[in-house]
Amino acid sequence: MSEKKDMDLTLKIWRQKDAQDKGQMVNYPVKSISPDSSFLEMLDVLNEDLVNKGDEPVAFDHDCREGICGMCSLYINGEAHGPDRKVTTCQLHMRKFKDGDTITIEPWRANAFPVLKDLVVDRSSFDRIQQAGGFISVNTSGNTQDANAIPISKIDADNAMDAATCIGCGACVATCKNASAMLFVSAKVAQFSLLPQGKVERKERVLNMVHQMDLEGFGNCTNTGACEVECPKGISLENIAIMNTEYLKASISKKA
Amino acid sequence: MSILDSKVPEGPIKDKWTKHKNDINLVNPANKRHIDIIVVGTGLAGGSAAASLAEMGYNVKAFAYQDSPRRAHSIAAQGGINAAKNYQNDGDSNYRLFYDTVKGGDYRSREANVYRLAEVSGNIIDQCVAQGVPFAREYGGLLDNRSFGGVLVSRTFYAKGQTGQQLLLGAYSAMNRQIGKGKITMYNRHEMLDLVKIDGKARGIIARDLVTGKIEKHSAHAVVIASGGYGNVFFLSTNAMGSNATAAWKIHKKGAFFANPCYTQIHPTCIPRSGDHQSKLTLMSESLRNDGRIWVPKHMKDVEAIRAGKLKPTEIEEENRDYYLERRYPAFGNLVPRDVASRAAKERCDAGYGVNATGEAVYLDFKSAINRYGNEKAHVLGIHNPSDAKIIELGEGVIEAKYGNLFQMYEKIVDQNPYKTPMMIYPAVHYTMGGIWVDYNLMTTVPGCYAIGEANFSDHGANRLGASALMQGLADGYFVLPYTIGDYLSNEIRTGEIPTDSKEFNDAEKEVSDRLEKLVNIKGTKSVDYFHKKLGLIMWNNAGMARNATELKEAIDKIKAIREEFWKDVRVSGSTNSFNPELVKAGRVADFLELGELFARDALDRNESCGGHFREESVELDGEQKGEAKRDDVNYKYVAAWEFTGEPSEAILHKEELEFNDIELKQRSYK
Ligand SMILES: Cc1cc2nc3c(=O)[nH]c(=O)nc-3n(C[C@H](O)[C@H](O)[C@H](O)COP(=O)(O)OP(=O)(O)OC[C@H]3O[C@@H](n4cnc5c(N)ncnc54)[C@H](O)[C@@H]3O)c2cc1C
Ligand code: SF4
Ligand code: FES
Repeated sequence: MSEKKDMDLTLKIWRQKDAQDKGQMVNYPVKSISPDSSFLEMLDVLNEDLVNKGDEPVAFDHDCREGICGMCSLYINGEAHGPDRKVTTCQLHMRKFKDGDTITIEPWRANAFPVLKDLVVDRSSFDRIQQAGGFISVNTSGNTQDANAIPISKIDADNAMDAATCIGCGACVATCKNASAMLFVSAKVAQFSLLPQGKVERKERVLNMVHQMDLEGFGNCTNTGACEVECPKGISLENIAIMNTEYLKASISKKA
Repeated sequence: MSILDSKVPEGPIKDKWTKHKNDINLVNPANKRHIDIIVVGTGLAGGSAAASLAEMGYNVKAFAYQDSPRRAHSIAAQGGINAAKNYQNDGDSNYRLFYDTVKGGDYRSREANVYRLAEVSGNIIDQCVAQGVPFAREYGGLLDNRSFGGVLVSRTFYAKGQTGQQLLLGAYSAMNRQIGKGKITMYNRHEMLDLVKIDGKARGIIARDLVTGKIEKHSAHAVVIASGGYGNVFFLSTNAMGSNATAAWKIHKKGAFFANPCYTQIHPTCIPRSGDHQSKLTLMSESLRNDGRIWVPKHMKDVEAIRAGKLKPTEIEEENRDYYLERRYPAFGNLVPRDVASRAAKERCDAGYGVNATGEAVYLDFKSAINRYGNEKAHVLGIHNPSDAKIIELGEGVIEAKYGNLFQMYEKIVDQNPYKTPMMIYPAVHYTMGGIWVDYNLMTTVPGCYAIGEANFSDHGANRLGASALMQGLADGYFVLPYTIGDYLSNEIRTGEIPTDSKEFNDAEKEVSDRLEKLVNIKGTKSVDYFHKKLGLIMWNNAGMARNATELKEAIDKIKAIREEFWKDVRVSGSTNSFNPELVKAGRVADFLELGELFARDALDRNESCGGHFREESVELDGEQKGEAKRDDVNYKYVAAWEFTGEPSEAILHKEELEFNDIELKQRSYK
C-alpha cells in the first residue's frame, strides 16, 4: 500500500446535459482522496458528494473496473486514459497524482463518437464496423471439425491473441489528430488473417470493414503512431501494416 | 408431488440428451421467420443464444445495458473454460467431468443437466476454434490446457488470462454476423424492467432506453433471460459495477420460482479490501493456484511484527510458515475447491493470523514456483551451476509468460511487486450458483420464459468449479436452448405477431413508469450507494462465509428495515426522461433489497452445510473430517425453489427432490 497521504484536488470536468447541449467545463474541489483509490473511485467520491448536495452527478461510462470491458474512457489532462501507460482509466490509481493537483477531465472527442452526456460518448460506430465483417462465417451448430484438426503454430496463435486483446475502448481514435480508427479495425483484420480459419473471407472482410469505417466518418491514418502509445492493451502498429497489405491485395484482386 | 416438473427424460443418463433431441417438437424453417424471441443479456449465454437462434431463422431482439454486446460481464473471466476433450490423455472423459462437477457442487445439482453439460463441452471448444478464438497452444500447434481446483486432470482451455474476453468476442462476432443480416435487432443501453404475461405465457418485456429514458414495450413469442448473477447484492464483489438482479427478480415477481438463492461462491483469491473508498473487488484468477502456495505465519509474534511493518514475509523461514491448505488437504493441497479454500482462509484469519492491517489477508507465494521453473529452464538452456540470481531471473520469466497480466493488475492496484514479495489475497463474493429455477429445457415456471447462464440455478449445485461457468453459459446458449425452445415454440406457429397495445402491456408499462417516478420523487436525504453499502455489510456479516440461525433471522429483520428506509429517504437526482445513472442504480438496489431478504430466508431454512453454504450448526464433530462442513442428505437433498407471494421472505417453498442414480452420494473429501 502507498505511504502517501490523502490528497485534495481540483477537478475541471466537462459537463453537457445531452447531445444537443453545448457543454462547458466546470470546477469541482475534492478532498481527502486516498492515493490507493482508483481514478473512478475518486469520481465515485465526487458523485456521492454531489448527490448529497442535491446536484446531478457526473455521468461517465464504466463497468468491469478491471481494464477489460472497454467501457471506461476519459481524456485526462490531455491524455486518453490518463498519464499511466498500458492501463485503462479504471486501472489508473490516484498515487499517480499529487496533493493540490488540478485534473482536467474530458470525454473522447471525435465526430464518429458524439457525446451523449457529460463524459459519455456513443461508440456504436465501432459495432457497425464489426458487423460489416469482423467475423468468420461459421454456423454455431457445433458440427465443426475437431478443435485440434488444424494445428496452428504457437507464434501465429500468440500473435493473433495479441491483436485480439483490443477492448474496443476508442482511445486510439480519441488520441489521433485525425480521429482515425485504423488501429482498432486493423486489430480485428490482423487477428483473422493470422489464423487459417480467417483466411477464406479475408478479402471481403478487409474491404467491407474499411468501407464501413469510412462511412462512419473516421479520419485517415497519417502514421503519427499516437494511437499505439495511448492504447491500453499495447495493440501494435504492425497490425496497421498487416491491414494495409491485406487491403492492397484485396483491392487488386477485385479489379483483376 | 410438487408442481416442479424437471422434465428430465427417461432412460440411461448417457442417452437422455440424444433421445430428448429426437423426441421434442421442432419448428419448420419457414415458420421460424414468423416467430420472435427476446433475449435479455448478451454475455456468453445470451450472446451465444441470440446468434444461434437467429441463425436458425428466428427473429431475435437482444438487450444489454452496456453500450455494446462485447462489454457484458463475461468479458472479465480470466482463467479458462473446461471441456472433457482428454487432449492431455490424462484419463479425462465426459463421465469424469460430470462426476467432478456433481461432487464439486456438493451433490446439490441435477444429474441429468450436468451430464448433458459434460457431453456438449467438447463441441464448445470446436465451435470457438472455428470462430477464430485464439486459445493458447503448445509448440506443436495443438491446444494447451491447465488445471483448476477440485479436479485431478488438466481440462481447462485458456487464452492468456483473458479467456472470457476471447470467448465473448467469439459470440459477439457470431451476433454481428446476424445483426448485419438483420436477423438480430440489438438494443444497447436498454434495461429490462418487467416481464409481460398474457394468459399466463411470457409475451414480452418492458424496457427503458437508458439514453433517452423512454419506456418501451417489446413483444415476442418467448423471452430468454440471460442477465447474469446477483453477487452485487453484497455491494462489494468481483462482478462488474452494473451486474444486477433486476431482470431475474422481475420475472420472479411474475411467477418464476427462484432456486437456492443462498448458494453463493466466495472466491478464495481476490485482492483484499484496502479502505472505505472501494467500490469493487478484483479477482486474481484461480489459475494462480497452479503455481502459488498459500500460507500465513505459524507464530503470532511474526504476524504482529508483519502488521507493525517490522518484518517482511520474505524474511520468515520455511519452518515458520503454515501452508495450511497443504497441511489440511494433502491430496489436493492448494487446488482444493473454492469453498474449501475460502473457509480455510477465514479460519486462519479469524484465529488472528491475517497478515494485513485489517487482519483479512493471507499470502499467495510464487517463490517455490519461480525456483522450480528457473531450475528447469536453466537445465533446458544448458546452464550448469546457475547462480541464484540467474535462476530467479529465468523463473520470473516463466511466471510472467503464464500470468503476466494478472501480476501487472495486482501491482497496479496494490503497488507491490508480486514477483518479489508474496501477493496478499482474501476471499470475496464472486459468483451465484442460485438463480431462476429451470427445467431440463431451461424453461422457468412461467411458460415461454427461459433462463440461461449464471441467471439460472442449474448445473453447479452448491459450489461451482473453476472454469465451469463459461462452459455452462456457452453450452446453454449454443447447444441446449436452441433445441429445447423449439418444443415450446412449435405451438406458437399460428399465433402471429403479438400486438403491444393490449391491456397487459399497458398495465405493465404504467407500473414501471410509476415506480420510476416514485423513486425520483422521494427526494430524501441519503444516496443510493448509502443503502447499497448498508445492505452489503449485512449480507457479508450475517449471510457470508459462515452463517447461523440467529444472525440470519437478524439479517431478515434488518434488510426489511433498510428497505423501508430506502423507500422513504433515498435521494435520486435527475429526471426519469433523461440519461440518469443514479436512477438506474436506484432501481437495481431496490431489487437487491428484496432479493437479499429471500437470500437470508433460504439460508435460514437450509440447516445443513453444503458447498458455499456453511452453517455453523452443521459441522463434522469428530473423525478425519472434524471441523469440515456437514451435509444432511436425509433432510436437504432438494432444490429449494421459492414462489413469490408479496413479502420476499414469506415466499412459498417448493422442493425438487434430487435423485442420484449415477453417482454415489458421499461426503466430499479432498484430504
Ligand atoms: C472476475 C471474474 C472472473 C471469472 N473467471 C471465470 C473463469 O475463468 N472461468 C469461468 O468459467 N467463469 C469465470 N467467471 C464467471 C463467469 O464469467 C460468469 O459466470 C459468466 O460469464 C456469466 O455469463 P452470463 O452470460 O450468464 O452473464 P453476463 O456475462 O453477466 O451477462 C449479463 C448480460 O445481461 C445484461 N443485463 C443484465 N441485466 C439486464 C437488464 N435488466 N436488462 C437488459 N440487460 C441486462 C448485461 O448487459 C449483459 O449483457 C468469472 C467471473 C468473474 C466476476
Ligand atoms: S486498439 Fe487499443 S486504444 Fe484502440 S480500441 Fe483497441 S484497445 Fe482501445
Ligand atoms: S471499466 Fe471496464 S475497462 Fe475500464
